[in-house]
Amino acid sequence: MNNRIIKWIDQRFPLSSFVKHDLTEYPTPRNLSYWWNFGFLAGFVLMLQVATGIFLAMHYKADVTLSFDSIQHIMRDVNYGWLLRFMHATGASAFFLVIYIHMARTLYYGSYRAPRELMWWTGQGLLLMLMATAFMGYLLPWGQMSFWGATVITNLFRATPFFGEQVVIWLRGDYGVGDATLTRFFSLHYLLPFLIIGGVLVHLVALHTVKSSNPSGIDLAAKDNIPFHPYFTIKDLYGLGIFLIVYCIFVFFLPNSLMEPANNIPANPMQTPTHIVPEWYFLPFYAILRSVPNLVGGVVAMGLSVMVFSFMPYLDRSRIPGGARYRPWYRAMFYLFAVDMVVLGYVGYTPPSDQSIVMGKIATFFYFAMFVLLPFISRKEEQWLIRRGLPSDVKALVASEAKEKIKLPDQRRSGDIK
Amino acid sequence: MAESDTLGDSNRRNFLIKVTSVVGGAGAAAVCVPFVASMNPSSDVLAKATTEVDLSGIPEGGVHTVAWQGKPVFIFHRTQQEIKDMEASNGGFDPEPDQKRVKRPEWLVVVGICTHLGCVPNKEGPGWTCHCHGSQYDDSGRVVRGPAPKNLDVPPYRFIAADKMIIGEA
Repeated sequence: MNNRIIKWIDQRFPLSSFVKHDLTEYPTPRNLSYWWNFGFLAGFVLMLQVATGIFLAMHYKADVTLSFDSIQHIMRDVNYGWLLRFMHATGASAFFLVIYIHMARTLYYGSYRAPRELMWWTGQGLLLMLMATAFMGYLLPWGQMSFWGATVITNLFRATPFFGEQVVIWLRGDYGVGDATLTRFFSLHYLLPFLIIGGVLVHLVALHTVKSSNPSGIDLAAKDNIPFHPYFTIKDLYGLGIFLIVYCIFVFFLPNSLMEPANNIPANPMQTPTHIVPEWYFLPFYAILRSVPNLVGGVVAMGLSVMVFSFMPYLDRSRIPGGARYRPWYRAMFYLFAVDMVVLGYVGYTPPSDQSIVMGKIATFFYFAMFVLLPFISRKEEQWLIRRGLPSDVKALVASEAKEKIKLPDQRRSGDIK
Repeated sequence: MAESDTLGDSNRRNFLIKVTSVVGGAGAAAVCVPFVASMNPSSDVLAKATTEVDLSGIPEGGVHTVAWQGKPVFIFHRTQQEIKDMEASNGGFDPEPDQKRVKRPEWLVVVGICTHLGCVPNKEGPGWTCHCHGSQYDDSGRVVRGPAPKNLDVPPYRFIAADKMIIGEA
């Protein structure tokens, strides 16, 4: 009975071949570590945000006179409204945490390198859409932080040459952030996640063309790949369990820890809160904005600080496999960069003082210097490593995998370099 | 226990898979509960579940319309003549004695929604007429001309004082 239904569908839709190609026979490197769980987790959080968001939108009102109260209505009157809102708000932070770890893994293991440049760039596009969605969603509660965050960020577009003032008014639909801004942000906050889902599909099609990278950084031969299902479905589900424990601790016990208390005051266009900060996931970029003492320069620096990651496939000149694992200089750079991000985050969080401004400038300089120096350092490091010789086990692995590939050309994976 | 023993024990493995699936499935189902529940009336809507009515201002022969759960409810202070007429008849398509439709004969309380397609009938002469499709009800809210299939509903209500009633609780 079951087989007959599947056969009927298969004649009309490639169900079985899809399941085979992308799950039960999808070759996945057997040495993936738990750092490879975060793509799946990002997909899960995306679904969680869409689900909770759709249900919140049933009770939310996008109108400056009603939206703040409609949040209170959700928190107090709607059945489980508090749960849906805390899940959605915590989900936003979880999304960025998961995505930042996902990106850090890519940087550490050099997964952005050929043939996975398109994965890296579609991922970069997804990050931009995620940031836009999070920013627009933050206006919706219409609290003080919502209002002033939106005011500051839309004002960044004043840096547009010639038409700066008009562009800002066009974005807001008003001379200041107002009702027109709120309704369009709501509309776009609802739209963008579906564009993100589309982007994720492109990201996945690219992934299934080039296949997963792995901690060794070497494209593995067929013998070292195992099917995605059941091995990695079960590993992803186990990781999901750990993730959900952390997520639930925040949702149920610390839901306000990631929210700014000032956002519980209704928006007041006549008074700015004394200490205005973005959500934690924007802090490093916000620090870069503040560290450049010039409007246009600051905006360009902030935009560049996000976009500069796109150049990684070209900035990294080394052909040594395995990313940071077999490259001590690159590894040192990775950790220094991580520390620099934390410093920038701290600078972004504290109110500007003489000390924090200097710190921010140094950290911003350091941030960009890393990317500028990477081509030279990576080339030098490659020469040094070749002179010194790779560890014998790496050399043996590269050799055995290469031999395997020559022997079995038909088993080559599409991601392999010919 | 050695690793090979654990991996080799297929009964143990099948049992664990089943238990995990059941617990996981139950968890997923439980997560659906708040989502579904959030679509039910919220507590501010439920607060409108009952309506208290002061009857002292309604003259004999007068009808007051009050909102109960967002629906119109007719409160009709009937005259002795109207009570006598209604007790004498048994209605039309949906026969029901008048005594069963009232708690005190001088007060008729009915939901003012036509049982045909939901319009609000108007008080015209004796009884009500629905202008959407021409249904007619008598002074007991009983249907005497179609297309309405049933008498006007009597909501749950009770008298809480001589001239006060609460609609929504029997």
